[in-house]
Amino acid sequence: MSRELVFKRIRQALQNGGEDTSATGAPSTWEYGRPTAVADPIGLFIERIKDYRAVVLRTPGVEEVPLLIASCLAKAQATSVVVPVGFDEAWIRTAALAGIELYRDEPPLSKQELDGISAVVTTATSAMAETGTIALDHRSGQGRRILTLLPDTHVCVIRIDQIVSDVPESMALLKTSIQAGLPITLISGPSATSDIELTRVEGVHGPRNLYVIVVG
Amino acid sequence: MTANIQKKVALFATCINDVMFPDTCMATVRLLERLGCRVCFPPQQTCCGQMFTNTGYFNEAIASVRACASAFEPYEYVVGPSGSCVGSLREQHPLLAELSGDTALQQTVKAVVDKTYELTEFLVDVLGIEDVGAYFPHTVVFHQSCHSLRVARLGDRPRRLMEKVRGLTLLPLEADDQCCGFGGTFSVKNPDLSAAMVSEKARCVAKSGAEYLVTVDNACLMNIGGALHRDGIAVRTIHLAEILCSQECERDEPHVCHPQPNRALLTHNKGEKDGRVGGGAP
Amino acid sequence: MTDARRSTQTSVRSPQHSERSGQMRDTHRSASTCDAQHSAQTRGRRTPAPPPDPLLESLPFPLAARQLLQNQQLRANLRHATHTIRSKRKSVVAELPHWEELRSAGAAMKDRALCSLDSYLEQLEANLIQNGAQVHWASDAAEAQRIVTCLIKAHGVDEVVKIKSMVTQEIELNEALEAEGIAAWETDLAELIVQLGHDRPSNILVPAIHRNRDEVREIFLREMKLYGQAAPDDLDNDPEDLAACARNHLREKFLRAKVALSGANFAVADTGTLVIVESEGNGRMCLTLPDVLISITGIEKVIPTVEDLEIVLQLLPRSSTGERMNPYTSMWTGVTPGDGPQEVHVVLVDNGRTRVLADPIGRAALRCIRCAACMHICPVYERVGGHAYGSVYPGPIGSVLTPQLRGLKSVLDKSLPYASSLCGACAEVCPVKIPLPDLLLHLRRRVVDEVKRRHVGLEQTAMRCVGWVMGSGRRFGLVGRLAGWTRIFIRRDFITHLPWLGKRWTARRDMRMPARVSFRRAWRRRARDKK
Repeated sequence: MSRELVFKRIRQALQNGGEDTSATGAPSTWEYGRPTAVADPIGLFIERIKDYRAVVLRTPGVEEVPLLIASCLAKAQATSVVVPVGFDEAWIRTAALAGIELYRDEPPLSKQELDGISAVVTTATSAMAETGTIALDHRSGQGRRILTLLPDTHVCVIRIDQIVSDVPESMALLKTSIQAGLPITLISGPSATSDIELTRVEGVHGPRNLYVIVVG
Repeated sequence: MTANIQKKVALFATCINDVMFPDTCMATVRLLERLGCRVCFPPQQTCCGQMFTNTGYFNEAIASVRACASAFEPYEYVVGPSGSCVGSLREQHPLLAELSGDTALQQTVKAVVDKTYELTEFLVDVLGIEDVGAYFPHTVVFHQSCHSLRVARLGDRPRRLMEKVRGLTLLPLEADDQCCGFGGTFSVKNPDLSAAMVSEKARCVAKSGAEYLVTVDNACLMNIGGALHRDGIAVRTIHLAEILCSQECERDEPHVCHPQPNRALLTHNKGEKDGRVGGGAP
Repeated sequence: MTDARRSTQTSVRSPQHSERSGQMRDTHRSASTCDAQHSAQTRGRRTPAPPPDPLLESLPFPLAARQLLQNQQLRANLRHATHTIRSKRKSVVAELPHWEELRSAGAAMKDRALCSLDSYLEQLEANLIQNGAQVHWASDAAEAQRIVTCLIKAHGVDEVVKIKSMVTQEIELNEALEAEGIAAWETDLAELIVQLGHDRPSNILVPAIHRNRDEVREIFLREMKLYGQAAPDDLDNDPEDLAACARNHLREKFLRAKVALSGANFAVADTGTLVIVESEGNGRMCLTLPDVLISITGIEKVIPTVEDLEIVLQLLPRSSTGERMNPYTSMWTGVTPGDGPQEVHVVLVDNGRTRVLADPIGRAALRCIRCAACMHICPVYERVGGHAYGSVYPGPIGSVLTPQLRGLKSVLDKSLPYASSLCGACAEVCPVKIPLPDLLLHLRRRVVDEVKRRHVGLEQTAMRCVGWVMGSGRRFGLVGRLAGWTRIFIRRDFITHLPWLGKRWTARRDMRMPARVSFRRAWRRRARDKK
């Protein structure tokens, strides 16, 4: 069996190494999950995610969220929007009134159906200021992974208390989701590529428009 | 001049300086003596052995390690005008000594490593001097050799010393952190690549408009200087030690090579066919 | 935007339809196009053929480099690309005050994983199985090919979509699948360019780094129509248009794919989570849309714990694309009920990695997280590109990893550790502190020892002789004196021709003559004069 063969080789190889630790790096004093010092995480998050060509809107309270969602969808010229299971549909009412077709992922939509829908609206699990990243663990309100992939516009609503300093703090928050077997998607701006002459181009396969509504 | 206690320094000349650039060694000696050191040249020394080690011939390098260890053991300080060779002595000799299985050698090497300095390190860190009282009324560009930067880790010491040289104007050099393509046996094992790299370096040096190209490693100067000479570019090459040694009162210019003179003479009575224009990179 | 949207909305085609329409359009094209398509079909190939010569039969590095150096276009493309990405990396790395601490943490974490690789792999396997994944082990490339082929065939499909994956390049999976009548479509933009260009990747991050926009446009116009959605006739060379063109070409392939292949950037032992770090969303497409996902990954990709992700997720994007964070990172743990592929396979591949692990010094190369920073900074890579290295792993890391993976046997592999001027720039940027120059030297030593064992060559003899000279100050002094004597005959400071190997030096530069009087002698005279 190859499994046994591979393990046999590994154990032999490690024995070969014996006590020699010359290949081991400098001892690390890294502390996990440490927040980094960021003076204004919310401001930094907005600045950084804008750097990656996301459009950011901020509102002090939830009252304005329906209006902002509607305006994002209008700006993206969306004609239809899919709403994940568990997403507060009151937030989408203004958009629906404006004539945007509303789809629920219940029962689950097919990939062909989703490919025909222009936008998706979700919440998020947490956000990282330093890198301008939003994190989804695809629980209620965030939808299946495919929902935030096929529609060309993604509108994400995030509360300011979900914004943390940097990757370590956010990953510490995501740890329980990962341990629970949930898939995680980290999103930093719209899809992009630098594959041609290292010139960054926004918009390849994933959503080409990313709107982030910061609440609080 | 400053050092109140006379430091007893062994000069680590390095093989390439000994045979090809004796003026660099002599300038180092005169400079150190001017600054109050007592300089000795232990004649058992040969070379750092990089030529062997860096080509994969570790065992062949051990003889050089022994020669250095026995030469430098008795001295208080070991100072060499080469980032690369000093770097090799400090980083590679302990490894090679370990390989030899000779524990006495390992101990000697360790002791030598701890007291070995590149010239600019010795001036700045040990003597605590940045202004060595030098005068050099010329424009220069500085090629920070890879090994002086990344193995010997000289940092900005050479620049700090140059800034204090009266009359000297340090010009910027494009891509100054780029390798010149020497790389020891790399230059003969991968000749086309080495040529492409040195061509670019020579182009940047020519573009700088400086009178002199300065380094702390003559091996790089041998490479870049050779290309400048081939291309007929009138930038002279000089080791930093020679600049630091030169003073206003001195008549004679430090030894420098004059790249331009009589190109016809240089190739005289040799077939010119494949020499100057041959091979190399575009 | 809406218009574009609508057009994709209405153009959700069945594969048969799209192929037929593509062919119909082709019949109206020039004869040469038809010929090209015809030849593709007569050969019975499903995907564009890569260059015919196997990588292993590539020229030794110095000869390959000589050829590639002649290609001015290539050098200009590479120079532009490497310099752009270098400066991007530098500026985002400078933003993190704790970068050095992060690098040490990354190195230590990878070493921890490697030093107990067996137990972490057991843990990974158990957690994968517990979360519904099926785990397969492949001791070499052929076995990995067999496993993947069988899995695909079991689903009765003849095409798969692929995320860029170095290990699948290494095991030459695409060609193995092609031989079995299975078309593997590369979906990363650069891999697509390479695949459609009948080419080989030349970089592990940006496989088409050697191509410029005009070349990409030409490839898309010529090839896309032969394999699916054609490129529009009025295609511009603007990267944005080219990316949009790739989007349209691949969309139908994503939507109809039943099986996807991926690699993995990291495999977390304590949870069984796999991680893909990407930019374009093609990764998410492959990880989410198909029914079956087969992830092929090297055994060294395992990291101990879920906490360790915070280290690599900071190190990798900044080191590779020079971004604070790449646009998309996906993590999945086996099967997620109701979301994404419901059949998940993981193929863990050795293929020489245990051989690397067996060398206590050389194993540091297994820390590599494939960021490509070492190649982007390398002055050698910058001038010749990845194809000179005769391996899917080029640049400094390739020079130390490839010969170890393959066993340091061929002339090519023995030339790779010498493909560096030892300038050390690579070690400075490596996010996991792989001491690349030290490893290069270590492998050079292994090459020398190996050659020595067989015969005594000229180089060996020369080195031994010079080594003997350098063993004594007196002997070396004598040589210096002899060298000085040459000045009696040659009075000039520089010579333009050296014989034999010296020709390689004087091909480009003049050689400075030794000094008339060596320092050693000058010193002795000085001492005498002082007295």
